[in-house]
Order: sequence, then C-alpha cells, then structure tokens
Amino acid sequence: MDIEHLVRMTNDIASFFSAEPATAVQGVVDHIKKFWDPRMRRLIINHYLEGGAGLNDISRAAIGQLERETASLRSAGDG
Amino acid sequence: MALHDCDYGTPASDSSKKVTLEIDGFSVTVPEGTSVMRAAASIGIQIPKLCATDSLEPFGSCRLCLVQIEGGRGLPASCTTPVAEGMKVCTQNERLANVRRGVMELYISDHPLDCLTCSANGDCELQDMAGAVGLREVRYGYEGENHLKAEKDTSNPYFAFDPSKCIVCSRCVRACEEVQGTFALTLDGRGFDSKVSPSQNQNFMDSECVSCGACVQACPTATLMEKSVIEKGQPEHSIITTCAYCGVGCSFKAEMKGAEVVRMVPNKDGHANHGHSCVKGRFAFGYAIHKDRITTPMIRKSIHDPWRAVSWEEAINYTASEFKRIQAQYGRYSVGALTSSRCTNEETYVVQKLVRAAFGNNNVDTCARVCHSPTGYGLKQTLGESAGTQTFDSVMKADVIMVIGANPTDGHPVFGSMMKRRLRQGAKLIVADPRDIDLVKSPHIKADYHLKLRPGTNVALVNALAHVIVTEGLANDAFALERCEVASYEKWKAFVSQNRNSPEATESITGVPAETMRAAARLYATGGNAAIYYGLGVTEHSQGSTTVIGIANLAMATGNIGREGVGVNPLRGQNNVQGSCDMGSFPHEFPGYRHVSDFETRSQFESAWGVTLESEPGLRIPNMFGAALDGSFKGLYCEGEDIAQSDPDTQHVHAALRAMECVVVQDLFLNETAKFAHVFLPGASFLEKSGTFTNAERRISPVRRVMTPLAGYEDWEVTQMLSNALGFPMNYKHASEIMDEIARLVPTFTGVSFKKLDELGSVQWPCNEEAPDGTPTMHKHQFVRGKGRFLLTEYVPTQERTTSRFPLILTTGRILSQYNVGAQTRRTMNSVWHSEDRLEIHPHDAEQRGINDGDWVGITSRAGETVLRATITERVQPGVVYTTFHFPESGANVITTDNSDWATNCPEYKVTAVQVTKVNKPSEWQRQYQEFTDEQLALLKKRTAAAG
Repeated sequence: MDIEHLVRMTNDIASFFSAEPATAVQGVVDHIKKFWDPRMRRLIINHYLEGGAGLNDISRAAIGQLERETASLRSAGDG
Repeated sequence: MALHDCDYGTPASDSSKKVTLEIDGFSVTVPEGTSVMRAAASIGIQIPKLCATDSLEPFGSCRLCLVQIEGGRGLPASCTTPVAEGMKVCTQNERLANVRRGVMELYISDHPLDCLTCSANGDCELQDMAGAVGLREVRYGYEGENHLKAEKDTSNPYFAFDPSKCIVCSRCVRACEEVQGTFALTLDGRGFDSKVSPSQNQNFMDSECVSCGACVQACPTATLMEKSVIEKGQPEHSIITTCAYCGVGCSFKAEMKGAEVVRMVPNKDGHANHGHSCVKGRFAFGYAIHKDRITTPMIRKSIHDPWRAVSWEEAINYTASEFKRIQAQYGRYSVGALTSSRCTNEETYVVQKLVRAAFGNNNVDTCARVCHSPTGYGLKQTLGESAGTQTFDSVMKADVIMVIGANPTDGHPVFGSMMKRRLRQGAKLIVADPRDIDLVKSPHIKADYHLKLRPGTNVALVNALAHVIVTEGLANDAFALERCEVASYEKWKAFVSQNRNSPEATESITGVPAETMRAAARLYATGGNAAIYYGLGVTEHSQGSTTVIGIANLAMATGNIGREGVGVNPLRGQNNVQGSCDMGSFPHEFPGYRHVSDFETRSQFESAWGVTLESEPGLRIPNMFGAALDGSFKGLYCEGEDIAQSDPDTQHVHAALRAMECVVVQDLFLNETAKFAHVFLPGASFLEKSGTFTNAERRISPVRRVMTPLAGYEDWEVTQMLSNALGFPMNYKHASEIMDEIARLVPTFTGVSFKKLDELGSVQWPCNEEAPDGTPTMHKHQFVRGKGRFLLTEYVPTQERTTSRFPLILTTGRILSQYNVGAQTRRTMNSVWHSEDRLEIHPHDAEQRGINDGDWVGITSRAGETVLRATITERVQPGVVYTTFHFPESGANVITTDNSDWATNCPEYKVTAVQVTKVNKPSEWQRQYQEFTDEQLALLKKRTAAAG
C-alpha cells in the first residue's frame, strides 16, 4: 500500500476535523479506527514512528495518539 | 397475473369530499372531481371509450363515451363530466347506442380491416369498442379518401408507427406531454388531415422522442406497437418484477409467451413509477439472452491460459481450494469479495455473510463505494440514518426543488418526468450543475436559477447558500432549536456567517455570481416546501461527504425535513445502491449499518451464524487494490461488478488485478474484470432470479423469476455453494429464506417478508413493529439519531488543480440510453442512440486548440491518456470538458485519478485536470487495451472449441 497515499488520506481527514480544533485530533483518531483496515493503521503508525514525513500537525498528533493506544492495547494483551 | 389492468378512463381524484350519484339505477359514492366515466367503472359499468385512459387527463374527443344525464341537455362526454350530488346518469339506451355506432362507423371507414393479421389482434381497444357498440356494418364504404396507404415509420429500434391505423385520439401526444414531459409529439394539420407528428414531421428516430414507451403504452390500436409483439405475437401471461437499471426501481410486468419475455410493460400499480418507464427498463432487456452470455463455469491457472469449461462442482471446488490455499499461505486477511448494486439484497447479504463467516474477515465492499458512500456517511452523521428521507411522490408537494449534481432526466428518467410534471404545475427550480443539463431549459421547464459552478466547489456553494440563510434571518430557528443539537446549531451558524463563506467571497471560487447565489438561497429558504435532490455530482468529489453534510445542514436549518414535499433526496445511480448498503456490504458494518466493533451487534450475528466474527474493519475497494500491489491481498470474489472498467485510475486497477493469484468473477458476460480472472462463474440476469431491490426512496420491491437461470443457478445459490465448499454451511432453499434471516437480524427490516411484498407490492423501510406498512417519510417527529447534528463544512480545494500543462477540468457523467459500464445496454439496440463515448468541449476551448466537431482528441491527465471524438457544445462551460464512461475502449477512467473523498474513499470522478489536443490515432493505452482484449477473446474462443 502506497504510504504517500495513506499520508494524503490522513491529511484529508484532518482537514475536515480541523474545522473544530478542540476535537480535531480525536476526530481523526476515531475516524481511522472506525474505517481503516488494521494493516493500513499499522503502516501509517510505522510511518509516524519513522518520522511521519508529510503528515500535517493534526494528523501527526492523531497518529501519535493512535500509536499510543495501540501500544497500550498490545501491552494489555488485546492489541 | 392478468395481462390487462382495469382502465378507469380518467385519473382518480384525491378530494376528501364525497359525492353520491346514481348510474343506471345504482347508487355510487366517489370523491368530488371524479368523472362520470370513472364513477361508472368503479361499480363495474364500462362506458365505451377510445380517447380516454386513466393515465391521462380527459380530452373528450372521441365522442364514444357519451351519456345521458337526467335534466341535462344533450349527450355529454362522461370522461370530461364530473360527478355531482344527486346526478342521475344513463349509460346505455337506444339513442346512445345509435350515436356510438355512428361514431364507430366513421372510425372504421378509415381503418384497415386486417384484424386477423394485425399485431394488436386480441389487444385492440378499437376492436373491443366495435364489439361493445354492436357495429355490424359500415355504410360509408372504403372508396373515399382515406389514410390506408400512409407510410409506416420503423425508424425506432423498439416500436413501429403505422399511421394507417391511427384514429387520432391524441393519447400518444398527451402521454408524451403529461406522462413523459418531452413534448416530442404533436397533432399536425386539421380535420381530415390531422396526423400524429414526431417533432416537425420527422420520423421517430430523428425527433426529440426519448423512446420512453409512454405513447406505445397509451395507443389503443396497433398504430404504435412494440416490434417484439409484431414479431412474436401477443403475450399470454405476465409476472410483476422490478427493473434492474437505475435507482428509481420501476415496477414492470414481464409479459411472457411461455418462458420468453415478449415485452416489459410498466406496472400501473408500481409505487415508484406509477405506470411509466424509460428506454432502458421498457425496451433494453434483450441482453438477458444475448449471444455473449456465458453459461458454463470456466477456470484457468493464468490469465494468459485458455479458459477450460468445467462443471459447477469443479469450478466451486477449485475456487474454494484456491481461497484456502491463499489464506494458508498469506493469512486470513488476504482474500475478500465485492458485490454490485446490480445484485439483489439477498445476494449481497449472503456474500457479506460468506466473507465474514467463511473467509473470517471483513474484506467486503460494494460498488456504492464509488458512488454514494458519502451519502451513507454524511446522512448518518447528521440525521442518523444512511438513507434518503422521502418517497418519490413527495416531489409532487414540493414548492421549490433544488437539484445539485444530478441529471434526473438522463440518470433517473422516470423520476425526472415526475419532477418535470411538478415543475409544470408551478414549482420553482434551482439547478446547481457545471453543465446545462436538460432541466435547465427544456419544453415548458426553465430553471429559476442555474448555479453553474466550477467542478469541485460544491462545499463553497453550499456554505454560501447557508451564509445567506443565516445572515439574512431566513433560518427556521424554531425547528432547528427544537429538533437539533442546539450547541451544534449555534456553532454552525457562527461558522457559515463568517464573511469568507459569503457569496461575494466565494464567487471567485465557485464562478457563480453572488447575487444569483443570494437569490437561490432566499428562494430555497422562503419558497414553501423545499426539497433537495442530489446525485453523483455531489458525492464523487474529494469533499463528497462534506457536501452531503452541508446539504443536511441546509435542510435542518430551514426546517425542510420530516414531512412530505421537502427532504434530502440522494438519487442513487444503480437499482440497488441503497439495498447493497443496507445489507452490510461495507467492510466496517454489519447489515443495518451497525459497526463491526459493536459487541452487542457482533454477538447477535455470531449467535445467529454460529461463528466468531472479526471486530476490525476490512479493506475498502481502493484499499484492496493497494494491498494487492503490496502483496497482502491475493484473492477476490467479485459478483456482478466490473471494477476494471468502472473504477478510477484504470492502470492501477489493472495492475492490482494482475497481482492477485485468484480472481473469481461471477457475471453474465466476460466483462473487463473477467479478462483478469482465473475463475468465471456464470451469473443470472434479473429475469432469472428471485429476490428484492431497494430503490433510492428505501422502497423494497420484489424481483421475480420469470425464466429459468440460463446457467442453472440463481446467484445466491452460487455463493451458497462456495460457502459450503469452504466449510461454512448455508442451506437456504429460496431467496425468501434469506430475507427472513435479514428480518430476524436487522431492526429496520423486522416486518419485511416476501409474503408482505406480495400483499403490499412494495414497502419502504423501516418496516417493523412500529411501522408495519413501512415508513414513507423519515424523521417526522424526531431524527433517527434523536437530535439532528450540524457539522462544520470547511471548504478545502481539491488537490487536483489546473495548471498550464493541464488547463481544463474533466468531469464525467451518464446518458439516458446507456447504463453504467454499459455491459447490459451496449448489448441492446440502445446503442443506436449512443454508440461511443465522446468528449464535450466548449466552442471557445475547441477553437483555441483547432478542434472541429467529430475530431479525434487526446485527453491527457496526470494519470494517463486516452482518445475520444469531440463534440463541440455550449452545454459545458469554458474550461470544463465532459465525457461518459459506458464503453471500455474509451478509457475514461484511464485519465481519472486516485483522489478520493476524505471520509469514504469514494473516487473523485468529477474533477480531473486535463489537456485536450487534436490527434490522429488512439492512445498507447487504447492500443494495449485492444491487444489484451483480442488475446482474451481468443482465449475464450479456444474454450468454446474445447467444450465442443
């Protein structure tokens, strides 16, 4: 799966939710959890962990939060 | 099923006031405004008639339906005479009989006496009336001047016009006006010279006729007759079923001779179409028995091998073994399935069940992904249900109709006719479209405002309309504050009120003059019942979901929702877009729009199916392609959909298909996707199976099997065989049992069954304990989600920008005579109207490039290049070009990009930056396409030879 495309998709999602700054990051996280296949989530998280080139600020914060949630689930045995 | 419906002669009156009168000594009570003819028919008294039929307003020309009314003067026509309290009517006496016989004598004196060899023999009202009035002789002879040698017009591929049999009753002319709204026919000349004339005395093919069949339906003689009836004779029985084309979902009577369909006649009792039809549903059904149908399963190891015809058992076992092998080698998530909106509800339900229960993942998607997935998302977020809010009939109570990004007269023609009828009654019209669609200006129709916006600027336009409504105090605060989340409403008002959303500020974005936007907004907000109808011109954008949300915001803010005449109405492209979405065909949700992560829902399905289900969403169509190219997705079961032609960025799609190890296509024909397949499972046409379709108004209608499946199985049976071979048992004996299971598991379907559909004809979901007969209008007292929710809709320009290299915007659409990828309609005579996709270009842009009408032009985008012939027209605005995608060799999707809607990945078909230049040969892609097609057809031919 083309990571550039996933980055673009993430930024597009962030563009919509950024209309409400207070909830924008959570909006992006929820949307990706709800609609993205796990392998897509893994790819974008890995990309984030490698520096997250191309992700805008809201996207970067959202994928960071997604990574932390996934990591905590994994450590709890549910990930 | 009887072939002929009762004809009451004139339309029903909807008055609530009743009138009692006496007809031939019988007392009858009918609504005020009813004609004497209809009142008589309601108690079984058939007054002779020729020019009257209950689909048309009374005309009073044939003078056959005369009656005598006590105390009245003369013999009035019963069709044009309304009932009156205490009226006493005599329909039969010697005086009336003499007059009627005299009238019939005149008709017959100028009519060929070829009843025994006439195509209408047995179905001719003139013949019936001659019998009814007791005509025994014609005193005038046949030597005088007559029309018996009038020349036949056989130019239309589906029906013939024989003026020698015409009685000039004007039913065809009135049907063209009142029912279809095209006004293609007229009565030319006066008196004896009167004749029916298409347009200006042209033949039917050269006229404005759109071949809807309304005139043929209305004709009481053999003057306008289906060529199939002329060729095969009168049908002998009929079965009611539902059209397999667009999202209107018209009800039809399949009129049969044994197992052969002679003609499809629109069902007068059809709740979506009320007896009307279009050229596709009425006439273009011949593909079902086209020679290209493949009726034997086939398999092959590589797409460069010849096909091997095999038994069903071998094909199913081979498919199952391949999917098991792939999952063992690449993991559980390496396979998936796609369905089409051309499939029934029952078929899509069993496919998603197969994926979730037998494959053990959620990799299932449907072609709604590439058309109306933003509707599902946007309406769910705002109103709480992923569906349109009204019935089609609701438009007849609309005072203002706003059409955004839809072309109903081409894409949804039967509803388009109903809309035009309402417009002729005086409703106001706002059209938001980059092109001059027919609704902008056609006979007796003219849009009050045409917002001719630039492609890709819908959100800016909707925000500007909202700005005017809020800042000019036109919002319905009382409604919004009572019915919606107050905080979200206040926040939205503050957002749209910002100056940057004003028409003046967005004029440079949309290209629509600010004053026009202001006037349109004022009309929508204050013009009475205002209804929005939208189509793929809204959804197929990078901000498709945002526009749907914006539309819902407009409706909530103005209180235009929750009653007849208003609402948010997505016009679904294909017949079962709504149904395939309802049936859980998306990778993130179970049937009934419930997320796969929802524990309670998942438990319910796990318990019903006896298997543990995956809680994470699966891959969507474009994600499947991406995963195929990175090696994590290897097997695809594709039922009824042609992704190789219909999906954007063709090269990418083809590469993904080539990368898979087992592509299984279940279809009627060797479609474009099947050329990349390893297994071909023959599908059944809509005439060969039972099930249901759900149209754009949530109406579930029965699909009834009228002939045996050519390949032996209905499509759901094939899926069931595959599931059983994979080790997950399915044991349905009839499609009705699948619907029974759906009713047990989906809260909005608990009242739906085939039995109920037989009783009611059709039903709109939700249909359950609270609404046993269905729900015509949604969100009446409260929104499905409780309070309506306003969301902010920031305009974000598409990344697909014009540059000096790609200075034009290409937008795509459809045409009346062809349907989607054209696999069905290209195999009918509909191609006489549209035999190739062409590029529409404005004269200014054409002149700059030295392009003449009909020239071959290369269209180049960042994704690819294709070549089409140019049509120079002012329908498109300067800077915008337009094409359709009905022919695979056109390669329209070679140039569309992988940009998509932010929420749903619905492709941005409507905006592609291109350059257009004059060329003299096909594109490189087209050359390669032809080479590959030739190879695949040769491989198919070898299979035929091998199978003997």
